[in-house]
Amino acid sequence: MAAIPDHDVVHGADHAHDHHLTGLMRWLTTTNHKDIGTLYLWFSFIMFLTGGVMALTIRAELFQPGLQIVNPEFFNQLTTMHGLIMVFGAIMPAFVGFANWQIPMMIGAPDMAFARMNNWSFWLLPPAALLLITSFFAPGGAAAGGWTFYPPLSVQMGIGMDMMIFAIHILGASSIMGSINIITTILNMRAPGMTLMKMPMFVWTWLITAYLLVLVMPVLAGVVTMLLTDRNFGTNFFNAAGGGDPVLFQHVFWFFGHPEVYIMILPSFGIVSEVIPTFSRKPLFGYSSMVYATASIAILSCIVWAHHMFTAGMPAVGQLFFMYGTMLIAVPTGVKVFNWTATMWRGSMTFETPMLFSIGFIFLFVIGGFSGVVCAIVPIDVQVQDTYYVIAHFHYVLVSGSLFAIFAGAYYWLPKWTGHMYDETLGKWHFWLSMFFFNLTFFVQHFLGLAGMPRRIPDYALQFADFNMISSIGAFGFGTTQLLFLYVVLKCICGGAKAPQRPWEGAKTLEWTLPSPAPYHTFETPPLVK
Amino acid sequence: MSQEASHYYVPAPSPWPITGAIALLFMGFGAAFSVNRLPLGYGLLATGFAILVYMMFGWFGTVAGESESGKFNKQVDKSFRWGMSWFIFSEVMFFGAFFGALYYMRLHSIPDLADLDNKILWPDFTADWPTAGPGIQEKFMPMGPWGLPALNTLILLTSGVTVTWAHWALKLNKRGQLKLGLFLTFALGFLFVGLQAYEYSHAYSEMNLKLSTGAYGASFFMLTGFHGFHVTLGSIMLFVIWCRVLKGHFSPENHFGFEGVAWYWHFVDVVWLGLFIFVYWLI
Repeated sequence: MAAIPDHDVVHGADHAHDHHLTGLMRWLTTTNHKDIGTLYLWFSFIMFLTGGVMALTIRAELFQPGLQIVNPEFFNQLTTMHGLIMVFGAIMPAFVGFANWQIPMMIGAPDMAFARMNNWSFWLLPPAALLLITSFFAPGGAAAGGWTFYPPLSVQMGIGMDMMIFAIHILGASSIMGSINIITTILNMRAPGMTLMKMPMFVWTWLITAYLLVLVMPVLAGVVTMLLTDRNFGTNFFNAAGGGDPVLFQHVFWFFGHPEVYIMILPSFGIVSEVIPTFSRKPLFGYSSMVYATASIAILSCIVWAHHMFTAGMPAVGQLFFMYGTMLIAVPTGVKVFNWTATMWRGSMTFETPMLFSIGFIFLFVIGGFSGVVCAIVPIDVQVQDTYYVIAHFHYVLVSGSLFAIFAGAYYWLPKWTGHMYDETLGKWHFWLSMFFFNLTFFVQHFLGLAGMPRRIPDYALQFADFNMISSIGAFGFGTTQLLFLYVVLKCICGGAKAPQRPWEGAKTLEWTLPSPAPYHTFETPPLVK
Repeated sequence: MSQEASHYYVPAPSPWPITGAIALLFMGFGAAFSVNRLPLGYGLLATGFAILVYMMFGWFGTVAGESESGKFNKQVDKSFRWGMSWFIFSEVMFFGAFFGALYYMRLHSIPDLADLDNKILWPDFTADWPTAGPGIQEKFMPMGPWGLPALNTLILLTSGVTVTWAHWALKLNKRGQLKLGLFLTFALGFLFVGLQAYEYSHAYSEMNLKLSTGAYGASFFMLTGFHGFHVTLGSIMLFVIWCRVLKGHFSPENHFGFEGVAWYWHFVDVVWLGLFIFVYWLI
């Protein structure tokens, strides 16, 4: 159902003024959506490696029982910062990078609606990252209360926690500006003829994601502000002696936190919904039901937050509400999975790297989705809360979900971005190695969790030793494999087979009517969409 | 303003966003150092703030110049409208977090602290509002609605009328009434902030009502404080718009800068009504 342009004419006039600043100033002052998209993607990859090194240090410590490599305080800082950096530094900016590159090209717009603010949204990220990373060297070290920084623990820690709070304020400002920009671009800058229900699925998912971001990021800003004043200015929001409640923090945090989970997965649904039709050479099955499913997921995501808090104490009626609400999300998610499968059904499929990652995404995301339904069931959740089962669950949705979709999208659009084809053989190696090592790392963590191994602990009982060793081996394999991705991308940027305008003959969206690489300015005169 | 641009306006590379990012880098570290009473903290914070103000002058000046030279077409104007609407929506959600905390404490955590489960710990605590909580024994006086807060309500509502009066004048090209209306609006805004500051000092000195006065003090000062901060920002925005009017900016057809600030002003007004009812009145 993707919009098909009425003609495949290349907008030749666009070549006329490709000139732009060069060197560092180009990147510091740019207002070009493609430049900013590139900045987001590289930033995201650097943060991915940074958070990855933290993950590997965690896995090295857990390679065998006992304390070997890091002390427990530093271990806690690592788990906290790994989570924050991966969520706010790696996954979210990667998707915003895709949004920047692709949305204007997919809807036939000349750029983002607010091109200067777009630059600001990006350049706020490095200061925030600097605050997070340098907090390791502050007295008392980085924040160590887990990425969810629950009080009273987070009320007690040192300056690292304050640095994290201000980093979150800056990240929040960046996200809000970025999402307002995306919403405005989509609502106001579509090419003539591109009605909402003709938009590519990726654009739809980002519209809904951006709405969720504007809805919940200010709430996160509010809750970290309360934490800040509780820590430094004597308020009692989270102190029972003053009439507050530590559980209040959890409610407000998860009012942000649960939609945040969907903020990190909806754009990947969008990417997969572009890739699968292309390599199945069929239109996306059930386009409008996909749109409605995405919207339903977004709405439901706002009313299920307390399923993160079943063990914090809650009336039975509350537990039931949040349990059934959560399980209900499986319905629209199921609609999506069936639609992707039905798109492949009887398609003339080929298995290039983007398609492999997308199919891998479906398989593994479904596993993560099912373990999510398991966690939603209150009596089971009470058992698995804060165990490795939860770790396994959300890494199946975040790594083999979000991250695999990011890889799929990167391989899919690299020819358009760089003008070169990537190395298909190495891409396939990247997929299969990632697939193997990912499952080696995280599948065994289900067993660890069900057997009772708690999360965020640097040492463990002897019966968990074997699975932990397997998991650590997998983690190092997975981490090393990602250097292969870096190599493939660099190789693709530097050279390789020339990419045609439409390297995938099944691809139907507007960006494939542009030359490869896409000129610096595109669609200054909007195309007409039938 | 003079002629309609045919293309969507995409600005050239700009130094302002990166300047703003550097400002927030300084402010982030400065704030973290300041709250921990480390040396350099206030210096970094002030430097960052100065850079931020410089950036705003430059950036907004650029946008105003572009607007006046007719670079924005109808589509750009619509983008501004969408952008401002969604920004105000995000502000609503920010205040929502604090209102939510207030309701949670009043309806859940305080009754819970007074019920049977907690009798062993705090046998004498009863679930009355306003309260500083079971563990804070200092006596304090609550801030009633009739008096300064009611006067402030009147001031803000009047300012909502004067800004609309100014808007009518702008659309009819009555520049004198426009200038007067805007002047009255931001003057009322600053008056509100002044009275609010007086209320705070009265609360601290006479009523022993502080930020640290448990659930009531925290919700009272954080909600009214963030609102007062927004009124201050809004008044400054109105003042800037007034200066632009004095310089001859805006036309009856093209004045989104004015409208955006008016929207923001009405939003601040509505938040105040919520505060007046739930923070001052229903105690």
